[in-house]
Amino acid sequence: MNFFDYLEPTTQFVIFSAVKILIVFGVTMTFVAYAVLAERKISAWIQDRVGPNRTAPPITKYIPILGPMLVRLGIFQPMADGLKFLLKEDFTPAYVRKVYFWLAPAIAVIPAFLTLAVIPFGSTLGNPDNKMVIADLNVGILYTFGIVSLGVYGIVLAGYAANSKYPFLGGIRSSAQMISYEIAMGMSVVAVFMVVGDLNLGSVVQYQAKHGWMVFHQPLAFIIFLIAAFAETNRLPFDLPESESELVGGYHTEYSSMKFALFFLGEYAAMISASAMMVTLFFGGWTLPFLSDPASSLLGGLLHIAIFIAKLVVLLVVFIWVRWMLPRFRYDQLMDLGWRRFIPLALGNILATALVLAFISP
Amino acid sequence: MPDLTDLLFYGFSGLALFFGFLCVANPLSRSPVTSAMFLVLTIVSLAGLFTLLHAFFLAAIQVLVYAGAVMVLFLFVIMLLDLKEEERRRFRRFTVGAGVIAVGVIAGLLLQTVLKAVPYSPNTTVLAVGATRPLGVILFTQYLLPFELLSLLLLVAVVGVILLTKKELK
Repeated sequence: MNFFDYLEPTTQFVIFSAVKILIVFGVTMTFVAYAVLAERKISAWIQDRVGPNRTAPPITKYIPILGPMLVRLGIFQPMADGLKFLLKEDFTPAYVRKVYFWLAPAIAVIPAFLTLAVIPFGSTLGNPDNKMVIADLNVGILYTFGIVSLGVYGIVLAGYAANSKYPFLGGIRSSAQMISYEIAMGMSVVAVFMVVGDLNLGSVVQYQAKHGWMVFHQPLAFIIFLIAAFAETNRLPFDLPESESELVGGYHTEYSSMKFALFFLGEYAAMISASAMMVTLFFGGWTLPFLSDPASSLLGGLLHIAIFIAKLVVLLVVFIWVRWMLPRFRYDQLMDLGWRRFIPLALGNILATALVLAFISP
Repeated sequence: MPDLTDLLFYGFSGLALFFGFLCVANPLSRSPVTSAMFLVLTIVSLAGLFTLLHAFFLAAIQVLVYAGAVMVLFLFVIMLLDLKEEERRRFRRFTVGAGVIAVGVIAGLLLQTVLKAVPYSPNTTVLAVGATRPLGVILFTQYLLPFELLSLLLLVAVVGVILLTKKELK
C-alpha cells in the first residue's frame, strides 16, 4: 500500500469511491440473481413443491458429495436464467413508440441502483477515514426519495411506449400507486428524522447504536414504511401495475428478452435498496447492540458488513414470504389504504412525535 | 486550464438551456409527452447547478418535488388527454401573446435579481453546506408570513380540487 499513500487525497478518494461502486454494484447484481432463486425456492416450499433442482453445469459431476447437493439447492439456476434472458429473441412490435420503448427498461433499472449510493453498509475498513458508504451526503434521505421518485418514469414510459391498452393501463395505475405511497413513505420517515435530528444516514445509525433500534422508538413509522415499500416496489399484495389476471402483464406485456429482464432486475434491485433502507433506518444498520463502535481492524470492518448483509437478507426473505402468502388487493382498496389510512396515520405520528419531543424528552 | 467546477457549471447550464428549448420548441416531435420528458431533464440539470452551489437540500428537493412528483402528475394527465388533437394544434395569437408577456415578466424579475446580486462571496458556500437547518430557521423566522400564506394557498387549492371532483355534494 506504500505507493498509495503518496497519491493526492483527491486521487485516493476517487480510487476508493470507484472500488466501492464496483463492489456494491457487483454484490447487488449477485444478490438480485440469488433473490430470484430464493423467490422460486421459498415459493416452492410454501406451495409444497420442490423448486428448481436440475440445473447442473458439467463440472458438478466431478465434485463428490457437494456437487449433487448444490444442484438440488438450485445454486446454478441463476446462471441458466441469465443466459436464457440474453439468448431469447428480442422482439420489438411494429406499433410501439421506439425511442421510449428502448429507454423505459433502462430508466426502470437505474434508480434502484442509485439509491444504494447513500446507504452506509459498514463502519470503516482499514483506516478510520475509509467510510463504508459511497456518498456520505448531508441530505442522504432526501436524495434517496428524489431518486426513488424517478423510478416511476420507467414504468409509466414503458406503458406509454407499448402503445396498446393493457400496458397503458398498467403504466397509469403504477404512476397513481407510486405517487400515493411515496407520500405515505416520506411522511413516515419524517418522524424518524425528527427523533434523530439529522438527515445524514450515518447519523441515524449512530443514534440507534446509542439509543436502541428505531423500530422500537417508531413502530408505527416502520409499519407504514414497510407496507409503502411493498407498494413502491410493485410487489404483491400491491402488484396492480402488472396484475396478470386483469392486465395480461401490465406495463411489460410487450417486452421480451433482455429488455424484460431489465424490468425484472429493476424490481429486485428496488427490493434490495428498500430493504437496505429499512435496515439503516429502523434496524440499526451495521451495528448490533453490543458491537456498535466503528471497527478498528480489517476483520471488525468485514464483520460489520456481514451484520448489515445478514439483516438485509432477513428483510428480503420477508418480502418474498409476503408475496406468496397474500392475495392481490383490489385497486380501490389500494388507493383507500394509501390515502385514507396511511397518510393520516403518518401525519398523526409526526404530530405525536413532535409533542413527545417538545414536552416529555428534549 | 479551467476549473472542474466551471466545466460542470457550463455543462449543466448548457444542458438546462438545451433541454428547455427542446421542451417548448422541439423540431422533431410535437408530442406533449416528449415535451414533458425534456422538462424533466431540464429540472434534473437545474438540480445539478444547485449541487455545484453546495445547496444539496435544494437540489434534492428539486428532483423530489418537481421531477418526481409534479412531472409524473403532468404525464399522468397528458396521457389521459387526446394526444392526437394536441399534436395537430397550431399556435394561436392569444397563446403567443400570453407567452411573450409571461417571459417578459420573468426576465424582468431575473434581471433585477442579477443586478442586485453580490458577485461571489466565499461565505455563501459555508452557509449552504448544512443547508437544511439554516433554511428551516430562516423559513420559520424571517419569512414566516409568506411561508404560512403559501401553505394557506395550498390548502385553498386542495379544497378547490375536492370541490371540483365531488360534483354532487351531499
